[in-house]
Amino acid sequence: MFDRRDLLKGAGLAAVAATLNSTKALALDTVTLPFANGERPLVKYPQKRPMIGLTSRPPQLETPFAVFNDGPITPNNAFFVRYHLADLPYDLDPDKFTLEVKGKVDKPLKLSLKDIRKMKATELVAVNQCSGNSRGFFEPRVAGGQLANGAMGCARWRGVPLKSVLAMAGVQSGAKQVTFGGMDGPVSDKTPDFVKALDLDHATDGEVMLAYGMNGEDLPFLNGFPLRLIVPGYFGTYWVKHLNEITVIDNVYDGFWMKSAYRIPDTPNNAVEPGTAPKATIPINRFTIRSFITSVPDGAKLKAGATTLRGIAFDGGKGIKEVQVSTDGGKTWTRAKLGKDLGKYAFREWKLPVKLAAGSHELKVRATGNGGETQPDTPRWNPAGYLRNVVETVRVTVA
Amino acid sequence: MQRTVLLAITLALAAVAGSALAAPVNYKTPDEVAAFKPGPNLEVVQGNCSACHSSDYIATQPPMKDKKGFWQAEVTKMIKVYGAPIDDADVGKIVDYLAATY
Repeated sequence: MFDRRDLLKGAGLAAVAATLNSTKALALDTVTLPFANGERPLVKYPQKRPMIGLTSRPPQLETPFAVFNDGPITPNNAFFVRYHLADLPYDLDPDKFTLEVKGKVDKPLKLSLKDIRKMKATELVAVNQCSGNSRGFFEPRVAGGQLANGAMGCARWRGVPLKSVLAMAGVQSGAKQVTFGGMDGPVSDKTPDFVKALDLDHATDGEVMLAYGMNGEDLPFLNGFPLRLIVPGYFGTYWVKHLNEITVIDNVYDGFWMKSAYRIPDTPNNAVEPGTAPKATIPINRFTIRSFITSVPDGAKLKAGATTLRGIAFDGGKGIKEVQVSTDGGKTWTRAKLGKDLGKYAFREWKLPVKLAAGSHELKVRATGNGGETQPDTPRWNPAGYLRNVVETVRVTVA
Repeated sequence: MQRTVLLAITLALAAVAGSALAAPVNYKTPDEVAAFKPGPNLEVVQGNCSACHSSDYIATQPPMKDKKGFWQAEVTKMIKVYGAPIDDADVGKIVDYLAATY
């Protein structure tokens, strides 16, 4: 059953959606994402508020976009959920949980959750974003999870640096990569288990982290309880959930989820001509820079006069240098005021007071990172539907 | 105002976090309600596809121009990449159902 707050949230979402041209709620328990075949149920899972249901087995949940206007930290009960394989550790006992560290190490480890919690803790605010976030907007459309913009979130993660754990185990010379496996697995033993790899120097950069805490609580079950990998600035595919196996290897890992899946074109901007296949690919890695207007949904009707636009921006770890907003479809741009800096991996809030005259307006937002990277005016395309970061447009009618 | 209250709650939770391990999990997902649409060879599709994933994986895919080509590629991927044990005799039936129904 929904509790009162969930009902309010659901009703709010339905009310917001009802004012939209492209996103309309058919009922309290359904939303329609703004692309063909975008109808989704609103579903209620334990530890979660009503979320946009993508698939039920394995569970995949998208965050209703209105949540991102509530602040730069995404609440645990609204954080998106993505799984690949349907055998989840639904009955795991945290007291019996063991993280194994093995492979090319001097001293293989078996650490309990208590052992890990006793180590010196570190905290980091970082965005996690699914590689396929916004895939539903790709044109031509591509196969895969058909998500709008809600497969992202920003949380304060608490845990221990992977570097400290690897130092305890003693990485041997000749080691090249570290692989990560979680307790979730395939239904069929013929399906490749989900294992990801990072280069050793990345794994030991001091920022990659094993997290047990999220926004001051334990990780929600569907976000990887009791331990997950945090790879700041990198797409969510590397953030292995229910993490229980770390292996140091002396070669480049060639399992399916690195060698064949989650690959992007090895071209400038990692894009190809829409509808074509790349000649060569590399593993997906850092986020592309993105920004969103969160205070006004597409299709909204606004009163003429002064209003303040708000939103968020983030990038792959250089940090946000500036956010610019246009209220005339991109002809002129004004620099927005940035909110509190929660760190270079976090959502950065922005706001801008604007005056809107009666008529139709195209509101646009564009971020620039500290490395100079910015967002393209037209979408880049790749066959897997990754990396979307086009300048977003919100159409409003002012009267 | 609302954000201040939320912040206070977050801080309060932060204060108690780390004090004790959580109880054993017995996580219960809601009942799976999504079902395959009626169509030719429905039982073959249910028997094969449902073993590993729910039907909404199929229902949420985009409308493609070349439906047959799209679904043939998806079924081939399930067999070749994910090891789905689908009989050769069933492959055509599944593709026909998907192209006709989704």
